[in-house]
Amino acid sequence: MQNFEFHRPKTIAEAVAALKSSDGDGKLLAGGQSLIPVLKHELAMPSALISLADIGGLDEIRLDGDNLAIGAKCTHAQVASSDVVKNTIGALAKLAGHIGDPQVRNRGTLGGSVAHADPAADYPAAVLGLGATIKTDRRAIAADDFFTGFFETPLESDEIVTAVLFPKAEKAAYAKFASPASKYAIVGVFVAKTGGGVRVAVTGAGPKVFRVTEMETALASNFSSDAIKDIAVSADDLNSDVEAGAEYRAHLVGVMARRAVDAANG
Amino acid sequence: MGSIGQPLKRKEDHRFLTGRGKYTDDIVRPNQAYAYFVRSPYAHAKINGIDKAEAEKADGVVAIFTGADLEGIGGVPCGWQIHNKDGTPMAEPPHPALCTDKALFVGDEVAIVIAETKAQAKAAAQLVMVDYEPLPAVSSIKAAIAEGAPLVHADAANNRCFDWHLGEKDPVDAAFAKADHVVEMDVVNNRLVPNAMEPRSAICEYDPSSDMTTLWTTSQNPHLIRLLLGAFVLQIPEHKLRVIAPDVGGGFGSKIYLYAEETVVTWAARKLARPVKWTAERTESFQADAHGRDQIGHARLALDKDGNFLGLHIKNKANMGAYLSTFAPAVPTYLHGTLFAGVYKTPAIYVEVEAVFTNTAPVDAYRGAGRPEATYQLERLVDKAAAQLGMDKIELRRKNMIPKEAFPYQTPVALQYDTGDFIACLDLGLKSADWDGFEARREEAKKRGKLRGIGISTYLEACGIAPSALVGQLGARAGLYESATIRVHPTGSVTVFTGTHSHGQGHETAFAQIVADHFGVDFEAVDIQHGDTSQTAFGMGTYGSRSLAVGGSAIVKAADKVVAKGKKIAAHLLEASEADIEFEDGKFTVKGTDRSKTFGEVALTAYVPHNYPIEEVEPGLEETAFYDPKNFTYPGGCHICELEVDPETGMIEVCNITVADDVGRVINPMIVEGQIHGGVAQGVGQALYEGCIYDDDGQLLTGSYMNYTMPRAADLPMMTVGNHVTPCTHNPVGAKGVGEVGSIGVTPAVINAVVDALSPLGVKDIEMPATPQRVWAAIRAAQG
Repeated sequence: MQNFEFHRPKTIAEAVAALKSSDGDGKLLAGGQSLIPVLKHELAMPSALISLADIGGLDEIRLDGDNLAIGAKCTHAQVASSDVVKNTIGALAKLAGHIGDPQVRNRGTLGGSVAHADPAADYPAAVLGLGATIKTDRRAIAADDFFTGFFETPLESDEIVTAVLFPKAEKAAYAKFASPASKYAIVGVFVAKTGGGVRVAVTGAGPKVFRVTEMETALASNFSSDAIKDIAVSADDLNSDVEAGAEYRAHLVGVMARRAVDAANG
Repeated sequence: MGSIGQPLKRKEDHRFLTGRGKYTDDIVRPNQAYAYFVRSPYAHAKINGIDKAEAEKADGVVAIFTGADLEGIGGVPCGWQIHNKDGTPMAEPPHPALCTDKALFVGDEVAIVIAETKAQAKAAAQLVMVDYEPLPAVSSIKAAIAEGAPLVHADAANNRCFDWHLGEKDPVDAAFAKADHVVEMDVVNNRLVPNAMEPRSAICEYDPSSDMTTLWTTSQNPHLIRLLLGAFVLQIPEHKLRVIAPDVGGGFGSKIYLYAEETVVTWAARKLARPVKWTAERTESFQADAHGRDQIGHARLALDKDGNFLGLHIKNKANMGAYLSTFAPAVPTYLHGTLFAGVYKTPAIYVEVEAVFTNTAPVDAYRGAGRPEATYQLERLVDKAAAQLGMDKIELRRKNMIPKEAFPYQTPVALQYDTGDFIACLDLGLKSADWDGFEARREEAKKRGKLRGIGISTYLEACGIAPSALVGQLGARAGLYESATIRVHPTGSVTVFTGTHSHGQGHETAFAQIVADHFGVDFEAVDIQHGDTSQTAFGMGTYGSRSLAVGGSAIVKAADKVVAKGKKIAAHLLEASEADIEFEDGKFTVKGTDRSKTFGEVALTAYVPHNYPIEEVEPGLEETAFYDPKNFTYPGGCHICELEVDPETGMIEVCNITVADDVGRVINPMIVEGQIHGGVAQGVGQALYEGCIYDDDGQLLTGSYMNYTMPRAADLPMMTVGNHVTPCTHNPVGAKGVGEVGSIGVTPAVINAVVDALSPLGVKDIEMPATPQRVWAAIRAAQG
């Protein structure tokens, strides 16, 4: 790990200022569960780390009309154990409760996970699958516009995620086939039926989280696993590595989607 | 009541669990500097030059050394020499401690950068400019033996290290000629990364005033390291080289060997007259710890019409990696070929093994070392034979097992088994696992959409290595006895110095139980010391499940000497004849009387010899013994695995593991069970999870826990561990060894269970590790 400056701002404005003054070479530190390993492997060598630890008001979970608003600093453990989350979008609490291991869940945050946009992370599936909105210090970004590529988002280099607004779901579930080694999703499928319709979002399988519109259409008219049993996902453009080839991943998208639908139907 | 046989809690655990263990990286010496190694990013490259000028100017750099600086010191030696079929010795290419003209695997040590801090050493290492000229690499056995393959070593033609055989070919050919059935199969023993929890580490300090060199290192055998490093590499006389292996966090074989890193650290500390410390990062552990297994082979079994085994022919190939690690040549040969009788009375066996060099990390012993490979091959073959002949897999095994009346039993592959009761272990295992009730469980699982399978392995292993004269004939360049010194203190407490080394085995507890019972003193009054060559007599260390069988026996011999001397002292005090003194329960008693002296009284007398037979007996009560075993020991038994496959995803859940082992006499049943649990975890790891993969260019694809799967506690079920003891007949402890049985016995049981689960779909075999993707692919292929 290379040396870096360390800032501990008290407000979002101070954090933004610190990011600006690092000329795009600063990194925000929330739970550090992705960033610290990246630093240790020197895959990134930022000149400054700006800790969000002292900034208040980012770790609330509350109902906001038809939305569940979760602060960016909420840890996975907090989301997993929140009664509000459990009662509103149980699938989201469950998803959070199966990220990584207890250490990761006690440190890692929603905002960090979303901003990092790891193509195998769990949260992006829920964000896209529920059609959530990402709130930042300056704007609101729809999930469909947020995950633009491999570890890529439209966030400016000095922009800070403050919360995610999840629409309440009539039905929702997440089915994950975890890597036996890393426990990241080889394929994770989030299905949800909300006021905005049915969505099917897949993480782990491709270079970024993506939707399977053919399944969404089928499920919109018949929300049952039978409705999608013959829908095959193309292996083209899917990830392939020592653990899982593209064809296997394509197959697992179908299996996990059906299991998620069955679970959503309870 | 004695402590032997009691599940006493481990003495060492208090310090480990409270964070007070003292590991090599915890050692801090005044003015120490830190080392970081520059490693080859290429599997095979010519080194045209190394420019260290920029790096030498970096902050905190003390020195940078390359292979050229090491001229004149010996290479890293190999401790075992195998001979080819034609009697010529194996190819033994040099292993320079730092690369000179070529780098031979990804992670090969090219230079050492020494700086004031670890971060400075690492930063400067990135400034060392190595002019590599990449060369074509061979990264697998198949690539190494292909026609026209690039050569790893110019003087090892066809990349061959040796071409070895064991047993007689003619009787095997005759057996196949008259066989009613021939069963054959190809088997791959997947390559594994050892993954000890504590990475390797070394810190060396040289004291110019005394000319003393002290090396603290993560070793399973500090005396062996001292011998190899001092006598063969750096020419340091042994009285001037002290090697200390303090607490060590797991070894599994990977910390037996002398490595380039500790060699260079020691050389550099002497050169600089300044302590130098190096601790591996996990990435380095993946790249440069000696790996395990990595064999491919073909096995053929000849049977008569009734299923009796007539002959077995094994033709295997083993990957040695880029250089010969310390014991590497022994693993696929004498620790492997000798195992092919297993628990069966196969009358004719012939084993051929060709070992090759590749551009990968060296391969050496890893928990089980050769015996898991053989056992896997044999027990898969027996299952396949049962399927092919339409026989029950239990009955086929039972029919061919060596009956208990047949011991001592001479196998056709060199070993003579002293004792065992394989059928009793089999029956115990079947009963504990409720084998007969399995079909009902399979049906129940089917209703849940799962494919349930059951698999068995009945096995034996040879450990407790080993008779020195025998292993000498087989190519070992060392003896394999063990040492023990027992120092009885004036008030009767005891310190035991053992030549073995504990890095998780619980010696401080089990050995104390033996000594406490032997002397009739309290378990807490006995302390076990190990790991420092300046304290203990020359010992061979811990591997091959030898510590209790060999090291424990040395302790018993030393304890016997203490008692013999005590009898002389007691006879004097009690004014009796030495022949009339009996020692029992901590008391020296004149036979047939109530006149006695306690162990403590005798000890005090030995150190305060006022009333003492000084003409016949020296003062003091301290004895040393060396024990050289007469034979290997032969633990074994029956492992049964039950698991379920999710046919949609290929995911396997292990449901039950039943172990019915005979590890000889048990000193501490809790430690025995713990050793079996750990071994089973690693055995299941080989079967289902762990697979070290290099790509065709020799890049390590599984270089971290992101994609190298270690078994986790949650992946394993609770285990049922049973024991059917037949004590070892030739050592005074009666123990056979338990450290490796788990990883030897369970692996084939797991794969046999996977194949059993998938057999209704037509799957006949699956390669290890049976990952979800592989299982899914096997199902898909079987379904056409």
